[in-house]
Amino acid sequence: MSSQITNEGLILACSAVGAGLAMIAGIGPGVGQGYAAGQGAAAVGRNPGAKGDIMSTMLLGQAVAETTGLYGLVIALLLMYANPLLSRFLKL
Amino acid sequence: MVNVAANALGLLTGIGGMRAVLSEEKTVDFFIHELIPYKFFGQTVYITTTHVCELLILLGIIIFALAARYKIMHAEEIPRGFQNVVEMLIETLNSYVHGTMGKHGTKCYVNYVGTIMLFILLCNISGLIGLRAPTADYGTTLCLAIITVAMVQYNNVKWNKFGAVTSLFQPLWFLFPINLIGEVANVVSLSLRLFGNVMAGTVMISLYYTLMPVVATIGIPAAFHAYLDVFSGAIQAYVFTMLTMVFITNKIEG
Repeated sequence: MSSQITNEGLILACSAVGAGLAMIAGIGPGVGQGYAAGQGAAAVGRNPGAKGDIMSTMLLGQAVAETTGLYGLVIALLLMYANPLLSRFLKL
Repeated sequence: MVNVAANALGLLTGIGGMRAVLSEEKTVDFFIHELIPYKFFGQTVYITTTHVCELLILLGIIIFALAARYKIMHAEEIPRGFQNVVEMLIETLNSYVHGTMGKHGTKCYVNYVGTIMLFILLCNISGLIGLRAPTADYGTTLCLAIITVAMVQYNNVKWNKFGAVTSLFQPLWFLFPINLIGEVANVVSLSLRLFGNVMAGTVMISLYYTLMPVVATIGIPAAFHAYLDVFSGAIQAYVFTMLTMVFITNKIEG
C-alpha cells in the first residue's frame, strides 16, 4: 500500500514537471538577446564613435526582451517554493 | 478580499511558503524571514528582513546626503576629495537624465530618477554585505512600479488634457480594452522585470552556497557576486530608470 501515489505527491510531482516546462521560456530571451548583441557588435564595427549610444540602446532592448523569460522564471519559482495548488489542496 | 490579496502576495514573496529541504541539515534559504509580528486591521503582518535591509540602505543614503549637503554648503573654489565625488555624481546623473528627457524634463525629474536609481542600485548590491536584497521582494518592486506608473499617468493628464482619454480609443474605438491593458501592464512588466532578475541572482547564489562543499565557498563565489549582484544589479537599476524616463517623455511629447 505504501507504493500508492498520494494526492499531495501527485500535485508535487506535476508541479516539478511544470516548473521545468515553464523554464523553456528561457529559449526566447536567449535568442533575442543574442541577436540584439550581434546587431550591436555589427553597429559598433560600422561606427565605433557611437559606441556609448549603441551600448545603452542595446542593453535597454535586451532588458525588455528578457521580460518574457522572467515571467517563466517567476512561474517556476512559484511552483517550486510557494505552490498555490498545494496550499489550496491542503486548505480544502 | 483583503485576505485573498494578502495570501496571494505572501505566496508570491515566499512568506508562508514551503521550505526546500535537500537533506537532513542542508536547507536552501533565500526566503524572506518574518522577524516581528504585529496587527494591522486585524491581519497579522510582519516586520521582515526586507524592511530591515531597506531601512539600513535608507540610513546609508541619508547619512551620505547629509554629509554631501554639509560639504556643498561649505564648498571650496577648487574642489577636492569628497566634494569631487559629490559633484561627479550630480554631473553624471544630470547628463544621464538630460540625454533622454531634454532640458525641461531634466529640471523636473532628475531628483526622482536619481533617487530611485540610487535606491535600486544599493538594494541590488546589498547582497555583497550579506543582506537579502530588498528588491527580491515583490512588495518592494510593485511599489516602485506603481509610483512610476502613477507619475506617468499624471503627466499624461497634465500635458495631454482630454487627449489622455481619447488616445485610449485610437486608432479605432473598439481597441479600447487593449489600450487600457497596455497602460496597466506597465506596472506588471516593470515590477516583474526587476523582481525576477534580482530573485534569480539571489536563488543562484544561495543555491551555490548551500550545495557546494565548504572549501568551494571561499573565493570562488566572488565571481558570482560580481556578475549577479554588481553587473546585473547595475543593469537593472539603469533599465528601470531609463524606462521610467522613456515613459514620462512619451507622455510629455504626446
